[in-house]
Amino acid sequence: MAKSRWEWFHQLASPKSFYEKTTRWVPWLGFLAAGLLVVGAVWGLAIAPEDAKQGNSYRIIFIHVPAAFLALAGYYMMAIAGAIGLIWKMKLSFIAMRSAAVIGAALTFVSLFTGAVWGKPTWGTYWVWDARITSMLILFFLYLGVLALADAFERKESGNKASALLALVGTVNIPIIYKSVDWWNSLHQPATIKFTSAPSMDMSMFVPLMIMIAGFYAFYAYVLIKHMRAQSLQTERNKQWAKDTLLGE
Amino acid sequence: MRLSMLAKRDFTLYWRNKSDVSNALIFFVVAVSFFPLGVSPEASVLGPISIGLIWIVALLSVQLGLDSLFRDDYEDGSLEQLALSETPLALIVLVRLLVYWCCVGLPLSLFSPLLGLMLSMPAEAYSTLILSITLGTLYLTAVGAVGAALTVSLKRGGMLLSLIVMPLYTPILIFGSSSVSFAADGLDADGLLLVVFGLTVLSVSLAPLAISASLRMSLENG
Repeated sequence: MAKSRWEWFHQLASPKSFYEKTTRWVPWLGFLAAGLLVVGAVWGLAIAPEDAKQGNSYRIIFIHVPAAFLALAGYYMMAIAGAIGLIWKMKLSFIAMRSAAVIGAALTFVSLFTGAVWGKPTWGTYWVWDARITSMLILFFLYLGVLALADAFERKESGNKASALLALVGTVNIPIIYKSVDWWNSLHQPATIKFTSAPSMDMSMFVPLMIMIAGFYAFYAYVLIKHMRAQSLQTERNKQWAKDTLLGE
Repeated sequence: MRLSMLAKRDFTLYWRNKSDVSNALIFFVVAVSFFPLGVSPEASVLGPISIGLIWIVALLSVQLGLDSLFRDDYEDGSLEQLALSETPLALIVLVRLLVYWCCVGLPLSLFSPLLGLMLSMPAEAYSTLILSITLGTLYLTAVGAVGAALTVSLKRGGMLLSLIVMPLYTPILIFGSSSVSFAADGLDADGLLLVVFGLTVLSVSLAPLAISASLRMSLENG
């Protein structure tokens, strides 16, 4: 009895059934992401009013903020997937962990890059050692560590387990790192460059930002599933179903 | 296996092979003395940066020795025997960490005032420097050993080890060097030293669990 109740769980855990189940609806997720991103981008970049202090340069927040949101959420996504893999020995969740690591690192880079581009017109410099920027940079290093460790082993399973454990250790550390960087920053730079607090934002800017965040979430899910599908095929390339799929039924 | 025997064995190994300890100390001195050459020999330039500089080089000195922490035992198979013994592996690991810290971390902290003198560090900060490096090296040993355990089955783990653990050193570097800077400015550093102490206690109590899990994983891989 108990066996059949958990059958869906075990089925989901196999890369093959994941691949087959997602084939049908993943394009729709793509359309949803594209739709939200187009609406949000047009609204944010063209329709939303200019900022009183920063002029048009503030508009980069429509990319910067969602990317930063997901960069952080992505780390937890990666660590949770890794933990599930370690506990239940699910192949698929290690695949999810690896995909989340790659995408998370890319998004962290995007948020650092857009932050630098935004910093030039607002602060007059591309880089300042502000608390949020520094924490983001360290998050980027953490991602790079997980990625490097995952690829360092000859056997893929060893890399999976090792990087999952590292991701978990990182999860324990992230709040401590954030708090300490925050404290360090308050020591060295008495909050002179604080700005854009979300609640004081006007609705005409806030709504497109929310749409962009939703769009980024949908986009993240889409890319994650796409990446996981590609990885499923790669890890199972010697199995019959993968050969059938790749060579076209 | 009794833990005291284990500690004795590890101490004997360090005693017979003193280069592990002396190399870390020599690196510490050599790397620090490069800064006057690369930056400036002026006391007015070196003095203000001396604290952070000594802290960072001490961090690297601890880090460099960690690669060999479990390697010999892994390669000759004794790690497997330790993992099979009825004593919890986390306790065995804890003993190993404490021995490493006594042999590498403590000498580093005792050496640090000498280097502070050479870099014209403010005199008020010496006692805080010794205390914060003593505690900090224990944190660095515990956290770094997680990376050492994860990479022990790799042939060349050294660079990778630094890459994966260095981001985790951020909190101790911040609070460790800030406590010394506070003391140098004549401020009360006790609160910050307590934070350093807290971080160290946290890492020493949690890291052995992660390390023993990583070591078991590495043994499966090998």
